[in-house]
Amino acid sequence: MSKYQLNHLQQLEAEGIHIMREVAGQFERPALLFSGGKDSITLVHLARKAFAPGKIPFPLVHIDTGHNFPEALSYRDELAEKIGAKLIVRNVGDTIREKKLTEPKGKFASRNALQSYTLLDTIAEFEFDACIGGARRDEEKARAKERIFSVRDEFGTWDPKRQRPELWNIYNGKISKGENVRVFPISNWTELDVWHYIQSEKIELPSIYFAHEREVLEHQGQLLAVSDFIRIEEGDNISKRQVRYRTVGDMTCTAAVESTASTLEDVIREITATRISERGETRIDDRISEAAMEDRKKNGYF
Amino acid sequence: MDISKKPKFKSDEVKRKEPKSKKLKRMDILRFITAGSVDDGKSTLIGRLLYDSKSILVDQMETLAGQSKNVEHADIDLALLTDGLRAEREQGITIDIAYKYFSTPKRKFIIADAPGHVQYTRNMVTGASTANLIVILIDARLGVIEQTRRHSIIASLLRIPHVVVAVNKMDLVEFSQDVYSNILIEYSKLAESLGLPDVKFIPISALKGDNVVDQSTNISWYEGPTLLSYLEEIDVESDINLEIPRFAVQYVIRPQTEELHDYRGYAGEIVSGVYSKGDKVNVLPQGISATIKSIFLGEQQVEEAFAPQSVTIELNEDIDISRGDVIVGAGNPPLVDNEFDVLLCWMDTKPLIAGNKYLLQHNSKVVRSVVREVEYKLDVNSLEKAFNPEQVQLNEIVRAKIKTQTPLVFDDYKKLRANGGVILIDETSNVTVGACMIEG
Ligand SMILES: Nc1nc2c(ncn2[C@@H]2O[C@H](COP(=O)(O)OP(=O)(O)O)[C@@H](O)[C@H]2O)c(=O)[nH]1
Repeated sequence: MSKYQLNHLQQLEAEGIHIMREVAGQFERPALLFSGGKDSITLVHLARKAFAPGKIPFPLVHIDTGHNFPEALSYRDELAEKIGAKLIVRNVGDTIREKKLTEPKGKFASRNALQSYTLLDTIAEFEFDACIGGARRDEEKARAKERIFSVRDEFGTWDPKRQRPELWNIYNGKISKGENVRVFPISNWTELDVWHYIQSEKIELPSIYFAHEREVLEHQGQLLAVSDFIRIEEGDNISKRQVRYRTVGDMTCTAAVESTASTLEDVIREITATRISERGETRIDDRISEAAMEDRKKNGYF
Repeated sequence: MDISKKPKFKSDEVKRKEPKSKKLKRMDILRFITAGSVDDGKSTLIGRLLYDSKSILVDQMETLAGQSKNVEHADIDLALLTDGLRAEREQGITIDIAYKYFSTPKRKFIIADAPGHVQYTRNMVTGASTANLIVILIDARLGVIEQTRRHSIIASLLRIPHVVVAVNKMDLVEFSQDVYSNILIEYSKLAESLGLPDVKFIPISALKGDNVVDQSTNISWYEGPTLLSYLEEIDVESDINLEIPRFAVQYVIRPQTEELHDYRGYAGEIVSGVYSKGDKVNVLPQGISATIKSIFLGEQQVEEAFAPQSVTIELNEDIDISRGDVIVGAGNPPLVDNEFDVLLCWMDTKPLIAGNKYLLQHNSKVVRSVVREVEYKLDVNSLEKAFNPEQVQLNEIVRAKIKTQTPLVFDDYKKLRANGGVILIDETSNVTVGACMIEG
């Protein structure tokens, strides 16, 4: 075996960095969509490596639903500060007020679907021509067909039938006015690749990824954090449990898993042993229909 | 198949645990594409690989079982696993390329699943462009058919380094060695005529699982590896060219801060070869020689770097270099020219018109170009040439002459795959309309 060989994580990293640089080279006003979750944290890490010793030449953009975990928000602010990145935050709450949108109702009213309004407005406000996102093709069937450079019209719509062929590692980012491109540098990573990469690069994560004690509501076998954003009713099964999160989304729709894993190694061991996919385990809104993701993507969510 | 039943090879459970981080070092990536005509069993095979390597998770399995019930199948239909978007489900066909992932302790696998339908040369070419290997499925009852020839021809044009011929549905020919041997003989002739470099034959039953992940007890006359163990073991390290140094500049890093006042780093991808600190290099197309001052991988300085790493190179000399320029090693010069011949696969619904201008993208370089002349059309079923074709339509492959506005730094695709592929973009629609392999 030659010494000139990369392991799978190094290969994925090289590809991710290459894509980051294509974005910086091809677009005038790119942005990195940052959520505070492990996938977008990985993106920031790749972007730092891509442009060191310089700073990341585009802003981090967070579409804040107002239902985020406080731990994720403080992590976001500290990270942006530490790496000297420009951070742009736009609030879904503001969009709802300004556009007189209807707040979703219900026990776990989620603003997830409304994010796309704020995102599209933000893209228009800053005239972003490329938005880097942390989606992976292994997450969901609909994503398996998406290109790394994925063109959106001004409504943010993704048209699976009109995708550009993507050959070798040549990415066509040419667009017309009003269009923009979503770029997915970690398309080829699986959830475990992300965890292993975080481990091998010693990337810091928000504390909620590790086991902690939290007051949770048990609902149809899933554990939701007790917060101001969900409606507590009589007869609800509420208790204190040792939990961690596997993905970080809104408090209204991201379920926790019971766990004692307090280190990255423990977390990876637990995830390797689980035979439930990341989405199935932690996103309650996906259960609604199998085509949920596809519909949301078409509406410009990602 | 009953979903409550555990995936096969219980005895492998220990082996199949995630490797410890020590072992992780050796795990690499194999990218492959599967090709076969409709109903050869491609979806079943991919489903089988994912299922038997336990890459299918419980909830996805429930969804599958649910779907299968919808169409009144009692069993899980493994083929459903690879069937993507709803639009396609409605039409009942796969219309585009999809990527699938699974891994074993030895390797991470990326499958480009391109549909086998006659019209979809475009998708196969796309999937083939990044593949280390192609699995060509042959229905044992049908043997080598037109589609087999077509897929093999595309594999040879795209220079996929390794070929596996999976002779499928062996259960339907009573696991007959004769049937298999005849296919082997016939395909070997084809492979030889196409100059396919590395061909391996494996008799399988995707449906029953024979020789896919588990060794078949029904095919005792076959002594080779199963498909999965072959995919795990095959050497793909040598697919990367480490002899011919090519570095495509993607972005110039100029922090212009106080402490990095004069810093100028060339960020890019090592397309091929090895670069070391102190190396004498050439900057092209300018044709200026220089020496490497430093190489950085992120924030870490390294003595040398190699393909396919993404690094940042500093030169001792102060040269005007921008995105699209190429830094090459001292020996093995590339071709620098604004006229060259290509094999071109047309990918747009509008026809290719000789004399039209297109944007041409080669690694990080984009130039204006014109397709000057279409020499001949290649029949992908027979390799026959039809000279001076009137029109070139979607999914057709032609040989053409291209002229670019400024010189391109490239290599013959056959010699150096990583530096010989370009795409054509329609300037008015921005769509990728052609894939070209440069013939130097
Ligand atoms: N008997 C048998 N049937 C198979 C085998 N592989 C696939 N099939 C069947 O052949 C049909 C077509 O398979 P499918 O995977 O959908 O083919 P595709 O069009 O190439 O994706 C299905 O009914 C499969 O169950 C095999 O090894 N043996």
